[in-house]
Amino acid sequence: MLSFILRRLGVIGLTMLCLTLVVFFLINLDPNLKKLAISQTEMRATSEQLESWLQRNGYRQNFFVRYGQWLGVMPKQPNIDPATGQAVPRFSFCNEPSVPQFSGVLQGDFGCSTKFKTTVASKLFPALGATGILMFWVMVTMVPIALLIGIFAGMREGSRTDRTLSVASIATTATPEYVSGVIFTVIFASWLGWFNGSAASATSQGITFYNFTLPVMTMAIYGIGYIARMTRASMVEVMTQQYIRTARLKGLSFGNVVVKHALRNALIAPFTVIMLQFPWLLTGVVIVETMFRYQGFGFTLVEAAGNNDIDLLLGCSLVSVFVVLVTQLISDVGYAYLNPRIRVQ
Amino acid sequence: MQIEYIGGFQVFLGVLARFWPVWLAMAIVLVASFNFRKHLGLYGQLFDSGVGIAGVSICFFWLFTAIFAAEVAPFDPLAQIPVMKDALPGAIEPASGLTYLFGGDKLARDVFSRMVHGSQIVLIIAPAATMFALMVGITLGLPAGYYGGRIDSVLSFLANLVLAFPVILLFYLLVTPGIMDTPIPYALAGLFFLFPIIFFSVLFYTRFKDRPDRIYLLLGITLVFGGWIYAGLVFNADPFGIVSIEPNQLNIFVAVVFASSPGVFRIVRGLTMDIKTRDYVAAAQTRGETPWYIMLWEILPNARGPLIVDACLRIGYTTILLGTLGYFGLGLAPESPDWGTAIKDASRLLRSFIHPALPPTIALMSFVLGLNLLADALREQSMKD
Repeated sequence: MLSFILRRLGVIGLTMLCLTLVVFFLINLDPNLKKLAISQTEMRATSEQLESWLQRNGYRQNFFVRYGQWLGVMPKQPNIDPATGQAVPRFSFCNEPSVPQFSGVLQGDFGCSTKFKTTVASKLFPALGATGILMFWVMVTMVPIALLIGIFAGMREGSRTDRTLSVASIATTATPEYVSGVIFTVIFASWLGWFNGSAASATSQGITFYNFTLPVMTMAIYGIGYIARMTRASMVEVMTQQYIRTARLKGLSFGNVVVKHALRNALIAPFTVIMLQFPWLLTGVVIVETMFRYQGFGFTLVEAAGNNDIDLLLGCSLVSVFVVLVTQLISDVGYAYLNPRIRVQ
Repeated sequence: MQIEYIGGFQVFLGVLARFWPVWLAMAIVLVASFNFRKHLGLYGQLFDSGVGIAGVSICFFWLFTAIFAAEVAPFDPLAQIPVMKDALPGAIEPASGLTYLFGGDKLARDVFSRMVHGSQIVLIIAPAATMFALMVGITLGLPAGYYGGRIDSVLSFLANLVLAFPVILLFYLLVTPGIMDTPIPYALAGLFFLFPIIFFSVLFYTRFKDRPDRIYLLLGITLVFGGWIYAGLVFNADPFGIVSIEPNQLNIFVAVVFASSPGVFRIVRGLTMDIKTRDYVAAAQTRGETPWYIMLWEILPNARGPLIVDACLRIGYTTILLGTLGYFGLGLAPESPDWGTAIKDASRLLRSFIHPALPPTIALMSFVLGLNLLADALREQSMKD
C-alpha cells in the first residue's frame, strides 16, 4: 500500500511539472506578454518601449530559464537599473532580492500579482480560504441530500418513487450552474425577495443565511443529480445480492435490511464519485463566484486570466491541479480501504 | 411613442404559432417512427418508454428549430429596433406589426428570435465537436486498450494530464483573442481533424484490402472528401469556397474537442480491455486477422451500446461547455445569439429585467435534459438485451 501511494505521488509530481510547463508556455505566448506590457506601461507606449519594458523586466530570457526561476531551480537575477547600477524590484509593490538567489515555488515564493498589486501568496491563500468555506457548505448540503435521494430511489427499483427521483436527478444534471443560478436568482431574489442575489457582502460583512444560500444552492444542485444516480445504481446492485435476500428471509423488516445490511455496501461507490466531484466543483466555483461576486478562488482565477496576470494565474493553476490530483489519490486509496475485495499491488 | 402589448395568453398562442414548421416536421417524423418502431432497431425501441419518447421529442424539437430557424424567428437576431429597448414580453413592434414575443433585451433585439437562432450555433458545434472527440478517442483508445503496455501508459498519462486540467482554466488559456495570432489553434485543429481521415481509411483498408473493386473507391472517397473538408477547415483553403469556418469558431471547436476527447479515450480503452478477452476476439486472432481489423471490426461494433449512450450524454455536456464559454465571453462574438452569451448578458441586468434571461436558460436546460433522457432510455434498452 505504501509503495502504491509513493508511486502515485511520483506520478502526481510528474503531472504537475508537465501541466505547469504547459500553462507557463501558454501564458507566456507573445500576444499575452504584449498585453501585459501594454497594461503595465502607459497606454500610448510605442512598440519599442513595450519591447524594452519586456526586455528590462526579464520577460525575454530563455523560456526554460524563466520556468526554472519560477519553479525555484534556477537563481532569480535581480533587476539592475542601467543608470544607477542599483537593484530595483520589477514591481514597486513586491519585494525582490537584490542578489541572485533561488526563489521560486519550491521555496514558497509564488511571485507577484500585477493585477492586485501585491504578492500572489497574500492574494491567493485568503481567496482559497473563502472558497473553502463555500465548498464546505456545498458539501454539507449536497452529499446528504444526494445520498438520501439515491438510497430512496434505489431501494425499490422501478417503483414510482424511483422513477420520479430518477427523472428529477437527470433534470438537475442537465442544469449547469449558470442556468440554475439565473433561475434561482429570478425566483428567490427578484420575485420572492427571500435571499440576496449577490454574495459580495459575504466577503466584507461575514456569511449570513441571506447572502450565502443562493451560491450554495446553485452549486449543490448540479452535483446532486450525478451523485444521486451513482448511489442509486450502487443501491440497486446491492439490493439484488443474495445476502439481502437472506436477511429478508430470516424475517428482518425492510427498513432494517436497508439500514443495517445494504447501506454500508451501497455507499462505497458513491464515495469515489463524491471525491471525483471536486474537479467539477472547481469549474462550478468559478462560475458561481463570478455570478454572485464572491471573492474566492474562482473570482481570483477569472481576474487573473482576464488581466493576464502571469504569476497569479500560474499559482491558481498549480492549486487547482493539486486539488484535482490529490482528490483522485484519496478516492483511490479510500476505495481500496473501504472495499476489502480490492487489493492494490 | 406608446408601445402596445398583447396579453399573456396571446403570447403563448403566438409562440405556438411561430413554431408551426417545427410542429409539422415533428408530427410527421414522430408518427412515422412510432408506426414503424418495430423495424427501426434501437431507435424504435426508444418509443417503448415514456422517458424515451420525451427525450426523442425534445431533441427533435431543437433539431427542427435549428433547421427552420429562419422561418420560426420573426426578426433578425442581430437587428436592433431602438424603440423596443427592454420591451416587456408581448410588445408589438410598431413598424412591422409583429410581436416581440419574449420582449426585447438591452440592445433592443428580439429575445425570441435570438433564442431560436442560438439553437443553430449550439446544434452545429456541439454534435460536430462530439463526433470529432469520438473519432480521436476511439482511434487512440482502441490501441491503448488492445495492446496495453507502453503505448497504453503514454496515452493514458497524456489523457490524465488533460483531465487534471480544470476545464475553465483550459478554456481561458486556449480560447483567448491573443492565441489566434499564434499557430497553436491551427496546429491542434490540423492534428484533431486528421483523426477522422485516419479512422475511416484504416476502417476500410482492414476490411476490404483483398477486394480491389471496393477498396480503391472507398479509400478514394475518404481521402478526397476528407481532404476537401480538412483543407477548408484547417487551412481555410477550400478550392470551391463551400467549407469554411470562422477563426474564432475554429478555436472554440478545437478547445471543446481537446477537453472532451480524453473522456472518450478512457471509456473506449476500458471497453476494449473488457471485450478483448471474449471468445470471438480469440477466434479472430486464431484466424490470423490483423490487430487493427480486430479492433475496428470485432471490438468496436460490440462496444457501440455504451458509446452511443456516452455520445448522447457528451453532446449535452458539450452544450454546457459551449454555454460556459459564452457565459465567460470567450471565443464567441459579443453579439452572437448563442445561449451562453445571452445568459451572460441577461444575468448582469437581472435586478432590473428578468425576461431576457429566462428563454435562453430554459432552452439550454431543456435541450440538455432531452439528451440526458435519451441517453437514459438508450441505456435501459441496451441493458434489456
